[in-house]
Amino acid sequence: MASYNLTHLKQLEAEAIFIMREVAAQFEKPVLLFSGGKDSIVMVRLAQKAFAPAKIPFPLMHIDTGHNFVEALEFRDDMVKKIGANLIVRYVQDSIDQGRAQDEKGPNPSRNGLQTITLLDALEEFKFDAAFGGGRRDEEKARAKERFFSHRDEFGQWDPKNQRPELWNLFNGRKNPGEHFRVFPLSNWTEMDVWQYIASEKMEIPNLYFTHKREVVVRDGALLAKSDFITLLNGEKYEERIVRFRTVGDMTCTGAVESTADNLDDIIQEVASARQTERGTRADDKRSEAAMEDRKKQGYF
Amino acid sequence: MNTEIEEKLDSQKYLEMDLLRFTTAGSVDDGKSTLIGRLLYDSKAIFEDQMDAIEEVSNRKGKGYVDLSLLTDGLRAEREQGITIDVAYRYFATPKRKFIISDTPGHIQYTRNMVTGASTANLAIILVDARKGVIEQTCRHSFIASLLQIKHVVVCINKMDLVDFKQEVFDKIQQDYKDFASKLSIPDIRFIPISALLGDNVVDRSENMSWYEGSTLLHTLENVNISSDQNFVDARFPVQYVIRPQSDEFHDFRGYAGRVEGGVFKPGDEVIALPSGFNAKIKTIETIDGQLDEAFPPMSVTITLDREIDISRGDMLVKPNNQPQNSQDVELMICWLNEKKLVPNGKYVIRHTTKEARCIVKEVRYKMNINTLHRVEDDTTIGLNDIGRILIRTTAPLFYDSYTKNRFTGSVILIDEFTNETVGAGMII
Ligand SMILES: Nc1nc2c(ncn2[C@@H]2O[C@H](COP(=O)(O)OP(=O)(O)O)[C@@H](O)[C@H]2O)c(=O)[nH]1
Ligand SMILES: [Mg+2]
Repeated sequence: MASYNLTHLKQLEAEAIFIMREVAAQFEKPVLLFSGGKDSIVMVRLAQKAFAPAKIPFPLMHIDTGHNFVEALEFRDDMVKKIGANLIVRYVQDSIDQGRAQDEKGPNPSRNGLQTITLLDALEEFKFDAAFGGGRRDEEKARAKERFFSHRDEFGQWDPKNQRPELWNLFNGRKNPGEHFRVFPLSNWTEMDVWQYIASEKMEIPNLYFTHKREVVVRDGALLAKSDFITLLNGEKYEERIVRFRTVGDMTCTGAVESTADNLDDIIQEVASARQTERGTRADDKRSEAAMEDRKKQGYF
Repeated sequence: MNTEIEEKLDSQKYLEMDLLRFTTAGSVDDGKSTLIGRLLYDSKAIFEDQMDAIEEVSNRKGKGYVDLSLLTDGLRAEREQGITIDVAYRYFATPKRKFIISDTPGHIQYTRNMVTGASTANLAIILVDARKGVIEQTCRHSFIASLLQIKHVVVCINKMDLVDFKQEVFDKIQQDYKDFASKLSIPDIRFIPISALLGDNVVDRSENMSWYEGSTLLHTLENVNISSDQNFVDARFPVQYVIRPQSDEFHDFRGYAGRVEGGVFKPGDEVIALPSGFNAKIKTIETIDGQLDEAFPPMSVTITLDREIDISRGDMLVKPNNQPQNSQDVELMICWLNEKKLVPNGKYVIRHTTKEARCIVKEVRYKMNINTLHRVEDDTTIGLNDIGRILIRTTAPLFYDSYTKNRFTGSVILIDEFTNETVGAGMII
C-alpha cells in the first residue's frame, strides 16, 4: 500500500483540478482572471490539465490597469496565442474615461482599488457567474480565511463573517440571480509550491521574474521601476540596479528586489531564504494593517 | 532549528515531500494561536514583515512580549476582540513534510468551525491547559475529532511552565484523558507536555522536562504515518464532468473526469456505472502528461471506457463485485451549521459526492449532549452547533458508504433552498 502516495505538489494539483472541474460543472459562465503573473500562469496550466484533451471551457479575462509592465502584456498575448484560449481585456482607463472611477492623487497613484470597479462592470457585462482568481491563503492574513468558493453578493462584496462552511470535497456554488462567486483553486499553495510547480512543469514565465538591469527609484524602502506613472519627489532619482520581481502587479506599487537569479533554481533558493513575504514588496498592502480585508470586502480579489 | 532551511534547499527533496493536514482545538486561552505561531516561527514560515507587523501591534497594545497569536488572528474583528472567530488556514513546511493547519476557535458557539476544520484533517492537536486538566471542552473537541474520523490525535498538555514542569501533572491529565477517550473511536492518541510560549517540546526538546522521553510535537507531526488512512480498497469514482473535445483530432473522445475517492482503478478493469448498471472496461486513464497505469485517491484523472454508455455528472464508476450502498433513505449524524434551526420534515438540497438532489428530514432520532456524550431523546431541536442523528429521504438514490468506511463517499452537506447557505454537515451511518 505504501506505493499509493501522492507528493504534496501532486495533491495540490489534484485539488486545484478538482475545483476547476467543479466550477465548470456548477456554473453557467465562469471566467479565469489572468494577469500575466506567475499564479495566473499556473492557473492556466491547471485549467489545461483539468479539461484535456478539450480546450479550456471558459475565457480568460485581464483587467488592464494601464500601469502594467509591457513584458507581462507581451507574455500574456503570446501565451494566449499558443494555447488557443479566448482572452477578454477590459481597461481601468475606460472606467476612468466614463467617469465611473477616478485616479488617486500622489506620487505613485495606485490603480489597485479602481481595478475592482472595472472588474465588477466586466463581470456584469458578460454575466459571468464565477471568476477564478490565483489568490493564495499564505499571501496575507485576510486571505487565510478565504474559502475556495467565495460567495459575493450582488454588489460583489465579501462578507468575511458570514462565509459558507466548506467541508470535505463538497463545494456549494448555489446562488441567487445577480450574485457571483470568486473561486481560488490555489488556496492551499504557498509561494514556494508555485515556484516548485513552475520548475517541475518546465513552464515559461515572463522574464521580469529573472534578473535584469533596470532603472529604479528607492521609495519607502521599495525599489520602484522607472515608468511614466511615477512622479519623482524632491531629491529622488532613478538609478540602475540589478533586480528581478517576485510578484508582477502594477508598476506603481510592485517593488523589485535586488537579485542575480537568472534561472528557476536560483529563484527557488532565494524564496527559501527570503525574509520578506512577496506581498512585502507591494506598497498597496502596507497602507494599513487591515488593507487587504477592506479591499476584499469591496469586491477586490 | 531548521538549519536545513538555512542550507541550500534541495529541490528534489521538496518534490518528494508529502502533505499532512491538521487541525487544532482547545478552549479559549489554552494557547492555540501561540502554539501555531511558535510552529510557524520556529520553522521559519514567518517572514520579517509579518514579524515586524505583529511586533508593532504587540508594542502598541503594551504587551511585554511578541504576541505570536497575532499571526493567526487575521480579521480585524478578531484582532480587536483578541479572539479567533473563523477557520484560518496556515502553511509551513519542513524538509520532510508540508503542513496545512486549520486553526479553529474553541468556544462552544464555534463547534461548526471545528467540524469544518476537522473534515479534511489527518490529525488533530488537542490542547489542554496543564493547570485546568481535562475539562468539558476537551471532551467535546475529542468527540468531534472522533466523529469526523480523525485517526490521529495529539494531546498537547500546554503551559507546563506554569506547573513547574511537573511530571505528576502530566501523568494525571494523561490518565484522565485515556479514561474518557476509551468511549471514542480514535485509533492513535499521543500525549506531549509542552510550553507553547517558551517553546518546550514544540520544535526543540525541553530542557525542563527530562522525564519526558517521547518525541517533540514537530517530530511527531513530521513522522506520523498517514499513508494507510485513505481507503485504497473500495473503488469509487464519482463522475464530476464529462469531457467531449468536439475537435477533429478527438472527434470520438468521451472522458469521465473526476477524483478517485476510494480504491485503485487500472486500464482493463471491469467497471459498472451507477445508477444505470451498465458494464464497461476502462480503456485509458488520461492526463495531459500521458496515460496512467493506475489511479488512486486523491488523484484527479479522466477515465475513458471501451464502449459508449450514458454517464453524466453525479453518476459513479465502481467495481461490479464491490458496490456501495444504494438507497433513498439515509441515516446521518448531522452537525448543524446555521442559525436557522433544522426544520423537522423540512426540505433541503443535499450534496453528496458530485451529486445534487433534494431531501426531506423524516425524523430526528436524538440530539447529542456533546459535553457528556449522552443522547438526548426528549429535546430534538437541532440548532446551530448541535449534533444529532437524523433520518432523511432523498429524491434520488444515493450511492454511498458509511462515513467510517470512506470519508468522501460517506459525507453530505445540506443546503437551505431559499438562502442557498450550507446549513448542515452529515456523516452517513
Ligand atoms: N505561561 C504560558 N502562557 C501561555 C502558554 N501558551 C499560551 N500562553 C498564554 O496564554 C494566553 C492565551 O494564548 P492564545 O494563544 O491566544 O490562546 P488561544 O485562545 O487558545 O488561541 C496568552 O496570553 C499566551 O501568551 C504557555 O505555554 N505558557
Ligand atoms: Mg486564538
